[in-house]
Amino acid sequence: MNLEELYQEVILDHSKRPRNFGPLPDATVTVRGDNPSCGDEIELSLKLNGDQIEDVKFTGQGCAICMSSASLLTLKVKKKDKAQAEVLLKGFKDMLTAPEAPESNEALGDLQIFAAVRRFPQRVKCATLSWRALEQALEAHAGSVTTKEPAS
Amino acid sequence: MAAGERSWEEIRKDFPVLDQEVNGRKLIYFDNAATSQKPLSVIEAMTHYYEHDNANVHRGLHELSNRATAGYEGARARLAAYLGAQDEEIIFTRGTTESINLVARAWGEEYLKAGDVVLLTEMEHHSNIVPWQMLAQRRGVKLRFIPITPEGTLDLSNLDQLLDGVKLFSFVHISNSLGTINPAAELVRRAKAAGATVLVDAAQSAGHLPLDVKELGCDFLALSGHKMCGPTGIGLLYGRREILDVMPPFHGGGEMISTVTFEGSQYKPSPYRFEAGTPAIAEAIGLAVAAEYIDGIGRARIWEHDQLLAKEGLAVLSQIPGIRILGPLDHRAGLVAFTLQSAHAHDVVSMADQEGLALRGGHHCTQPLLRKLGVPASSRASFAFYNTVEEIHRMGEILKKVQTFFA
Repeated sequence: MNLEELYQEVILDHSKRPRNFGPLPDATVTVRGDNPSCGDEIELSLKLNGDQIEDVKFTGQGCAICMSSASLLTLKVKKKDKAQAEVLLKGFKDMLTAPEAPESNEALGDLQIFAAVRRFPQRVKCATLSWRALEQALEAHAGSVTTKEPAS
Repeated sequence: MAAGERSWEEIRKDFPVLDQEVNGRKLIYFDNAATSQKPLSVIEAMTHYYEHDNANVHRGLHELSNRATAGYEGARARLAAYLGAQDEEIIFTRGTTESINLVARAWGEEYLKAGDVVLLTEMEHHSNIVPWQMLAQRRGVKLRFIPITPEGTLDLSNLDQLLDGVKLFSFVHISNSLGTINPAAELVRRAKAAGATVLVDAAQSAGHLPLDVKELGCDFLALSGHKMCGPTGIGLLYGRREILDVMPPFHGGGEMISTVTFEGSQYKPSPYRFEAGTPAIAEAIGLAVAAEYIDGIGRARIWEHDQLLAKEGLAVLSQIPGIRILGPLDHRAGLVAFTLQSAHAHDVVSMADQEGLALRGGHHCTQPLLRKLGVPASSRASFAFYNTVEEIHRMGEILKKVQTFFA
């Protein structure tokens, strides 16, 4: 295993030029997530219309793994409904944290490049930070509240 | 190298762990500020204790207990000599963190009341902030901080004002994030003149430079064994005898009492009053051997070598494009924290690890300090006397590669 496998072109590209990066003024739910032990901090904002994720953006700072994961997350869940986002969320989490590494999951598409992070246990929390924020954002929607609690 | 001295090359061979490959590359261990490596003599002393002498201390009447007690108390005496203290002034703890908590609990709760001021600095480790915040919550004590300059040294221009009304002043000798060497003797002298009790956090200095508590004049000094070639789980608190003699206990339990009835108990004198329960005997013995080992090389010689590595480290790191070095650029200890413009600390540390280079990445348990510096996370290279200039140059090559990769 070498690091080039971890830091693939897609990851470098998304960490240098994160997509959907910036504030979302008409967000219906915003979740802050941080990894206090290392300084990754992101804020994920969703604009939900019923069960539909109309828009999603994020701000913050972190390592290449953290930033690229958040960037790809926004591309994946935008215009999806809650149930579809939850499927992606579960697939992503399983890929990194399930006791046994699952078979490749075609539904994850690009996100599968993060499978290599599994072999760097210290970095799993970097890759999952934005996804834990998403998880909380989707749950908060059920209660229709905006939460500012850390997701970690 | 003076006549009869062992070379650094030879000394390095005392550390078995250094002789290995990590990820296919020769290990370069530059995380010494987190924990130092252990020489064979320390490892063997602990093994020997468990193989031959293991028993509980102070209570057995049998031979092994006598040996364990002699080893444990001998370790106290050796460490007292290491710091220029009396045996009764050395309390074994689990490390610097517990030592500071001991002072905050046992001394702080007895002598500090609502409105009293505890003075700290902005470059403290969490272990010298959180215990005082907890005391502030319980007792209404006020915390005050000496600010830092943009260069990363203490701003002492208003020290007299800051010391006004201070009951306790607790400060770090060498900053684990900035490498700053604080003027400990001057700070102690001025704080004592202002009537404050003074605690020195010597976690990063005790294994690196000559330290004498009587010369320093402090009331308390805390250190961790594992940062000075000793085992984990052991450290000590030096307390001036006049203070310890009247200070109430910390934990209650066995070992710290002279008589116990169902109605109440009489406590032993210092240091036993502060060492409830069975202590870390093998670790204390290991730490004493570590102190002996360090003095065998000589702390003045170690400090000189530290300075050389610090200078070289700074010179090599300064060459890397887009680097920001935290802390002062001269008169600093052998540790350098930095950020790279192109890469987050995690990415730096992960890539360095693939090259066999062990760095620390994160906030180094000084979150408020890094926040003030506007740095979310940094990487840190920290050196010990067994490190070499060649290793520092290799680090330079690795970091240039990292910088290019992420640029």
